[in-house]
Amino acid sequence: MYVEFALQHAWLVPLLPALAFVAIVFLTRPWQMLSAILAVGSMASSCVIATLAAYGIFTNHEYVEKPLVYATRWFSLGMPAMPDLQINVGVQLDPVSAMMMVMVSFISTFIFLYSIGYMNGEDGFSVFFSYLSLFGASMLLLVISSNLLQMFVAWELVGLCSYLLIGFYTHKISAREAAKKAFVTCRIADFGLLLGILSLQIVFGTLNLTELGEKIAHFEDYTTFGILTMIAVLVFMGPIAKSGQFPLHVWLPDAMEGPTPVSALIHAATMVVAGVYLVGRTMFLFHEVPSAMELVAVTGAFTALFAATIAITQREIKKILAYSTVSQLGYMMLALGVGSLTASMFHMWTHAFFKALMFLGAGSVLVALHHKADVWEMGGLVKKMPITAWTFVIGGLAIAGIPPFAGFWSKDEILVATLAEGHYVLFAMAAFTAFLTAFYMWRMIFLAFFGKENPANHPKESPWTMTVPLLVLAVGAIGAGWLGTPWHNVWAEWIYFGSPHHAAANYGAMMLSVVLAVAGIGLAYTMYLKDTEKVKAKAMAEKYSTAYRVLVNKYYIDELYLWFNHALVDGAAKIFYLFDIYIVDGIVNGIGASAKVTGEGLRVFQTGRLQNYVLIFFIGVLIVAVLMAFVGPSNAVPVMGGVK
Amino acid sequence: MLTISLTHYVVLSALLFSIGLFGVLTKRNAVAVLICIEIMLNAVNINLVAFSKYITPIDFTGQIFSLFVITVAAAEVGIGLAIIIAIYRNKLSVNLDDFDWLKW
Repeated sequence: MYVEFALQHAWLVPLLPALAFVAIVFLTRPWQMLSAILAVGSMASSCVIATLAAYGIFTNHEYVEKPLVYATRWFSLGMPAMPDLQINVGVQLDPVSAMMMVMVSFISTFIFLYSIGYMNGEDGFSVFFSYLSLFGASMLLLVISSNLLQMFVAWELVGLCSYLLIGFYTHKISAREAAKKAFVTCRIADFGLLLGILSLQIVFGTLNLTELGEKIAHFEDYTTFGILTMIAVLVFMGPIAKSGQFPLHVWLPDAMEGPTPVSALIHAATMVVAGVYLVGRTMFLFHEVPSAMELVAVTGAFTALFAATIAITQREIKKILAYSTVSQLGYMMLALGVGSLTASMFHMWTHAFFKALMFLGAGSVLVALHHKADVWEMGGLVKKMPITAWTFVIGGLAIAGIPPFAGFWSKDEILVATLAEGHYVLFAMAAFTAFLTAFYMWRMIFLAFFGKENPANHPKESPWTMTVPLLVLAVGAIGAGWLGTPWHNVWAEWIYFGSPHHAAANYGAMMLSVVLAVAGIGLAYTMYLKDTEKVKAKAMAEKYSTAYRVLVNKYYIDELYLWFNHALVDGAAKIFYLFDIYIVDGIVNGIGASAKVTGEGLRVFQTGRLQNYVLIFFIGVLIVAVLMAFVGPSNAVPVMGGVK
Repeated sequence: MLTISLTHYVVLSALLFSIGLFGVLTKRNAVAVLICIEIMLNAVNINLVAFSKYITPIDFTGQIFSLFVITVAAAEVGIGLAIIIAIYRNKLSVNLDDFDWLKW
């Protein structure tokens, strides 16, 4: 009965946090605790409904082939390019969206709870929770959308909330700049996504996901060759920015300027996985276009490797985590690109747990150290902050891919899927990235939590609102992957595109990933823990100083964009400035000058002598009289400007 | 024997009008200009009455109209003289050449 209710009322899932947002903004803002409880409570209720609905979905295998959709008319228009434009808004429940719904609401609930402890005593406490609620509501709306335009609206709402939250510390210039950067970068790409959605509407006449899936599968219009490829690439532009893929990843590390719960929310549960989810949702489109799939796969693999190399040299704890997110998102894209929705969604699921865990752990450290973020200045935190440290270690084991922690299973799934599709180069890149991931993650863990204590720090363990989410997420980081072990893959039975994969356990790939992970951790151990003075690390940095500088400066991508802006955009602006000064202003000033010259010419008639005026008046009357005499009164009237 | 026709009246009216106009344009004295305007108005009156008599003898439209002109002219002279007196009190002059305040 409850399950039935939840299935029928899944729209409540995004609505409850949205209502919490409205209530906090208009009613409960002066009462901080009430606002926080409202936000946490609404998200927890959403989580309950989502879980019940997911239970309903995951007990009936019919929903895999036939999603549960209920929709209503949003608006309809008639336009020349799109006759009978009808846009629906509704809820689409299938295993993918049900899984996402549970994941987003579950992770968000604990991040909200954690925020009570983290934001304690900060200015704008209530406002922060209202933004968080709106963020969660937008993401949940995106997840359950049955229509691409509805999804796009939610997509933009997510972008707006990220802007508000990244720039939450409005007194910090860097935060404001980072917020702008995130918003503008995403907007650039969203333009492509919008064009893609419009093209889909024009070509297929619908934006409903289920209908689109059927129509695209039977699309045989060879007269417009390449149209599907174009649409797929345009649609993929949105996820490139939203999910921080190269070359539009630049906003993601800067997004660390926001409060840490926001980083966790953006990186684990809401914002960045939206891009992966969108590609997964429109898999029917990409599936038809092998070249677009190649693009997705190559972008993903390259981003994974690229971000991992940057992460090696970063010093700020949250920056390292940010680049690891970019890298892990690259994995998810790679999985989508090789056609494995299963592996991609699985990695998203496990990643949400361990990445949220590590971000919240980093936040706990930052609170204890009064926002000193450099891992080189930490050390030995495990003694004073055992819960934070050991949960963080669990997260580190999970992301490095050590069995039986969650990340191992999903990463293995991706590697096997890549290998099965015959992408050996991409497989090598992904495997090497796995090694790098283990290395930089454990570099951070050894530096921050183990080794010598820094006497300048006086850390103490965080309050229960912060440690309870850590513990819960740690359980997820350990166990979330057991759903998809190669021997009994429950996950692949429910979440797949086309037909379920039954890849047998590939012990070779499994061994390889474990060996790589252990090697990465071992290297980090010898360089950063055993070697207490970090002699080897310093020697490495000096020996390869050029490479080191390039990595520390993130391949100079930001500088490249800056140069591009200065050289090209500002250069073009200078040309337009000249155009403005000489052409536009020239016209305006010319009109003014002509009036002035005319006035100068006419002022000689303004003698001030009455009799001159009388004479002119008389001459005028005379002219009218002569005109009347020659052309006749009825013809003269129009000549003089009157109406006949 | 010479009979007086409409043409005579019209010529007389034109002559009077021209004399009046000449006066308006050339006289320096504001009072003289007012008098010349009266002459022009009366030239028009002659025209009106003559046309009334020769073209529409039955109804008196033109004649009545000339009565209106006389009335308006009286009012106009009254105002005109008042203005001239007001200016005279300011400028101690009735010479039109001194009335150049309308110049830029």
